[in-house]
Amino acid sequence: MYRIDFNKLRFLVCDDNPHMRRILRTLLHSFGAREVYESEDGATALEMYSHYVPDIVITDWSMPIFDGLELAQMIRQPDAKGNPYAPIIMLTGHSEKRRVTLARDAGVTEFLAKPISAKGLYQRVLNVVANPRPFIKTKNYFGPDRRRNNSTTYIGEERRTGGEVEVMQQPSLLDKARVAG
Amino acid sequence: MAKREKPPALKVKTFASHHVITQPNPLRRVIRQVDEKDVDDPVARAEKALAGLSGEFAKWMSVECDRLAAAHAVILKKGFTTATRDELFHAAHDIKGDAATFGYPTAAAAAESLCRIIEHAPDLAKVPGNLIAHHINAIQAIVREHPRSDKIDTANELSRRLRGVADEFLTIVNRDRPEHLEAILAPSIVPAE
Repeated sequence: MYRIDFNKLRFLVCDDNPHMRRILRTLLHSFGAREVYESEDGATALEMYSHYVPDIVITDWSMPIFDGLELAQMIRQPDAKGNPYAPIIMLTGHSEKRRVTLARDAGVTEFLAKPISAKGLYQRVLNVVANPRPFIKTKNYFGPDRRRNNSTTYIGEERRTGGEVEVMQQPSLLDKARVAG
Repeated sequence: MAKREKPPALKVKTFASHHVITQPNPLRRVIRQVDEKDVDDPVARAEKALAGLSGEFAKWMSVECDRLAAAHAVILKKGFTTATRDELFHAAHDIKGDAATFGYPTAAAAAESLCRIIEHAPDLAKVPGNLIAHHINAIQAIVREHPRSDKIDTANELSRRLRGVADEFLTIVNRDRPEHLEAILAPSIVPAE
């Protein structure tokens, strides 16, 4: 049986509703977390993300300045200075198919619909900690693999094309200079 | 703030249309194997802590209801603008998300119905004023009468009927907007816990 040492995890919680932040803080502290940073809007959350380098981000969708979806998109910048790979759990009252798809396409790792429960939150954290998915980078997406299963019965269009390409390793200028010297 | 280790190196596999990037699990350090007989239950501990907060819930719901009523009062005075619409939606949306956690699932259901009206009505100025007012009055009444166990059935019925009227209205006004109609009629696809 496995457990998570929550006391070794650093969380960033982003929700504009103070009551929901209190609930989240209470749940995470009860699980054993000691480092829980909070912000009430997307802009502050992004600043805190760079400053505190959290292991896991838990964000609401609807927030002032910029929302949870935009926050996820800003974190998932492959060439950004900060860590673009941190798991993002979106905790929201939105639960329509269109919203879930939008969140997934913004690079959200797990989606948790309100009302929140201790069990639901624990399972999402357990999942991102124990079963991380590889990241996929395409022309217009960067985030966790959106394919959760390798279904053999899938009959739709294959959108990922081409086999593995051979990457020509270019020697660095320094190596070239060493050879020449 | 505890000092962090350097993140592990990435492995990148390059394909014609995409890259697959894997990194050794950086959170592996927090997974610990415990004995099957381990009695520590973090979920039960958190539920207990949540129950300890429940004394605050009535006050919190009252604050949320006041915010909803204030947003509605501004609309009655100024009409629907982007700002007034957004404030009403956010107030209703917060109740939809929070109320069930606070022990008010019927208020959450009525708030969800109100959110659907705000989100899917093609023109909010043409929504019958009573439809919005009845939702807000119902949410306030459900929260106010919450301690009375004899009102639970009434609250359920009120919430159910409001949803029925709202859905009927939305189905009619969206008959030429298939994407909204689909969203109105679609069940939630959020994975179960």
